[in-house]
Amino acid sequence: MNYYEISKEPIDIQAIIDKVVQRDAGAITTFIGTVRELTKGKKTLFLIYEAYESMAVKKLAQIGQEIEEKWPNSKVAITHRVGKLDITDVAVVIAVSTPHRADAYEANRYAIERIKEIVPIWKKEHWEDGEEWIGDQLEKVSYPTGKPEGADLHE
Amino acid sequence: MNKILFFAHLKDAVGEESIRIDVSGKTVAEVKEFLAKEYELQKLDTAMTAVNEEFAGDEEVIEQGDEIAFIPPVSGG
Repeated sequence: MNYYEISKEPIDIQAIIDKVVQRDAGAITTFIGTVRELTKGKKTLFLIYEAYESMAVKKLAQIGQEIEEKWPNSKVAITHRVGKLDITDVAVVIAVSTPHRADAYEANRYAIERIKEIVPIWKKEHWEDGEEWIGDQLEKVSYPTGKPEGADLHE
Repeated sequence: MNKILFFAHLKDAVGEESIRIDVSGKTVAEVKEFLAKEYELQKLDTAMTAVNEEFAGDEEVIEQGDEIAFIPPVSGG
């Protein structure tokens, strides 16, 4: 089974959840990232997502591995969509199952934050008056050495 | 020969998704410097670099056949 995918088609949310079902689990959390219309008062018409697909899949798998190390007996599945997405469309689905609920919430949050750091996916916002590739939403400085540093890679 | 991939605003600036060029023996920093000049890329220094789909530092030396990708700050999710 492919637990980590980049999809050009709409994401079947239930299919992602089904991948993490396990007998040891007491909880499954699902994060669904959707396309928002307004950002700081500016109206988005639609988005284009682009990925360095082969590397993105590897980095999603790395995040899953990090989670399975940090939260024992957890299981992770992530699918991110690419292409043109309209307002309210689902851009990413993360499902995490763990024996206890607190871990499922925490681990799921960890996954989306890591996606925003290390997974090579970009979105281009299209507004009524223009378009722009969005980057660095975490408002962190860029990586001066060209890559995320130790803590960032393994935290 | 090496394949170099561009994404997001870098792809728009270069006008190509990828180019083929031999940069073996050069460091990542040298390749960046060369491409920034060749394509008049303003923001290449804020991009991360991946060599064969793994993040690489500026000192890494490119080998024959390596695939290099420049990764602007990401915005997935």
